[in-house]
Amino acid sequence: MNVHVKDDVSARTLEIVNELRSLEGPLLPILHAVQEDFGYVPEAALPLIARELNLSRAEVHGVVTFYHEFRNHPAGQHVVRICRAEACQSMGGREIADHACKVLDLDWHGTTPDGRVTLEPVYCLGLCSTAPSAQIDGELYGRLDRETLSALIKEVRQ
Amino acid sequence: MSVRIYIPRDSAALAVGAERVVKAFQAEIAARGLDATIVRNGSRGMHWLEVLVEVETPAGRVAYGPVAAKDVAGLLDAGLLEGGDHPLCHGLTEEFGWLKNQTRLTFSRCGITDPLDLDDYKSLGGLVGLERALTMTGAEVVMEVTDSGLRGRGGAGFPTGIKWKTVHDASGPQKYIVCNADEGDSATFADRMIMEGDPFVLIEGMAIAGIAVGATKGYVYLRSEYPNAILIMNEAVEIARQAGVLGASVLGSGKAFDMEIRSGAGAYVCGEETALLNSLEGKRGIVRAKPPLPALEGFLGKPTVVNNVISLASVPVIMEKGAQHYKDFGMGRSRGTIPIQIAGNVKHGGLYEVAFGLTLGEIVNEIGGGTLTGRPVKAVQVGGPLGAYFPVSLFDTPFDYESFAARDGLIGHAGITVFDDTADMLAQARFAFEFCAIESCGKCTPCRIGSTRGVETIDKISQGIEPEKNLALVADLSNTMKFGSLCALGGFTPYPVMSAINHFPDDFRPAATLQAAE
Repeated sequence: MNVHVKDDVSARTLEIVNELRSLEGPLLPILHAVQEDFGYVPEAALPLIARELNLSRAEVHGVVTFYHEFRNHPAGQHVVRICRAEACQSMGGREIADHACKVLDLDWHGTTPDGRVTLEPVYCLGLCSTAPSAQIDGELYGRLDRETLSALIKEVRQ
Repeated sequence: MSVRIYIPRDSAALAVGAERVVKAFQAEIAARGLDATIVRNGSRGMHWLEVLVEVETPAGRVAYGPVAAKDVAGLLDAGLLEGGDHPLCHGLTEEFGWLKNQTRLTFSRCGITDPLDLDDYKSLGGLVGLERALTMTGAEVVMEVTDSGLRGRGGAGFPTGIKWKTVHDASGPQKYIVCNADEGDSATFADRMIMEGDPFVLIEGMAIAGIAVGATKGYVYLRSEYPNAILIMNEAVEIARQAGVLGASVLGSGKAFDMEIRSGAGAYVCGEETALLNSLEGKRGIVRAKPPLPALEGFLGKPTVVNNVISLASVPVIMEKGAQHYKDFGMGRSRGTIPIQIAGNVKHGGLYEVAFGLTLGEIVNEIGGGTLTGRPVKAVQVGGPLGAYFPVSLFDTPFDYESFAARDGLIGHAGITVFDDTADMLAQARFAFEFCAIESCGKCTPCRIGSTRGVETIDKISQGIEPEKNLALVADLSNTMKFGSLCALGGFTPYPVMSAINHFPDDFRPAATLQAAE
């Protein structure tokens, strides 16, 4: 089983690398594409990317781990991102953030035991004039209050 | 003729239910058999009125807002399609004071046009600047931008024309235009708004920059937290290519310029230009030491213009109307207009483009209308997470680069966050250090270590442990970070920290913190 997964990762990663290698500075676009495909950047993809781009494994590892966006394991089925920056703080963002942790019984970057929801902080969604804000999967939410957030979280937990 | 209903596709509108409003209108239009078309425009910037729905009437566009999906049937009953009156109606959009009193140069089309309709863009002065630039030499275009007095709108305020001249004069077969769209500062959304609301103006600005300095390739480094902007910019670039605005022969001139949109990956420090270049090259987003300047050795070691979105998006109007027209707005050495982003705890939040020189108090109280909670204003953070907290006693500070610098602050990317009297400034100072610790690239010690030590020291103060000694330690640490850091992340974190301590000393007194703890 594992062998098959690894083969899948290798084959698909190679396809992605070949598609994007002609770009100037191709590494980030490749990592984005890999994450888009698998939901995270599998460890098995890194040596392959390194070999194809003529980089060391350490360099590729360094890049993947530098950026908050890239994951080394799959997230839950739904990702709840709560903005924790200043504009949201000024509108009760700290309470909203605490509330999200409490309702989901999670700490930041945690995933519920059933694998349904991952909770992440985000430092600014650019919705600072309709604070506090959050993003749930692709959807943006502004002018949040506890009740609305609870209802939204309840929806993704079902 | 089909009546046009405008409903924004800007993220600020989407976040408060624009898609649901669109669906409600579609359903009602179908059910009632009405002859109406929905156009998805950008945002007018009056975010407290989002979702702002406009309808085209013979007298002009009539505005309704904030509209929720449940209001749609009632609005149509009240004769929305004829601009009929309703409690949510604000009359003609153009006559609305908040909008009318602005000087919209860079944002002149934002909220008016369909962002992906190139004909719409051209009908309101679009591409005139680029066409004019194509009749001039590169040096003449650079001179025009220099003469306009335009300074980098990303925050540093460096004269754009001088940066362009350095790249223009540099020799080399390949040069680049890199647009910094890594708008990570809290309270800022001007870049996002223009990319979502008028993407062609950024494309045109980048093409003019390319023609001026002799660069044939451009990149927009756009933060991944803005998926909607990435989507719209990619579509706009493709449309511009099809129309010959980008490509091997820009508008048939024989001069080449093309561009790509690149997505960031969630690193605040990549808003710093050298970290951005490293990231674009596929490296860790670590700050480079300067010199060499990016203008001489930038992307892949080639001469590179790195400009903020708003700087580049301001170039078309400068080329269209001339340097003098732009320069006539503003005060002192801050020329032209600045899109002020009013955010946080404020009644009238949104984007307000105006000539430099309004006072902070006018912006917060008159334009912003005071706090949304109705409580007194306590502090206003100007310039994002690295900007200072201003107390009400400094509300007479005029909004320009020099005046803010003179009061130990900065205007940065011109975002302001309003806090009411419930704000705990010790918590805000702690957050500034905490944010720096999370986002530090780790290259220089003052930023990497100092930020964490700062959090610990503030915690000691809040616990009442040797407060005087620890406050002195924070001041000393801030001084080290300010003068010892490689870039603005570590170097400017002391602004929010020290301004909170200096202007709001009561929040740092042990008695106050002990009382609060009890």
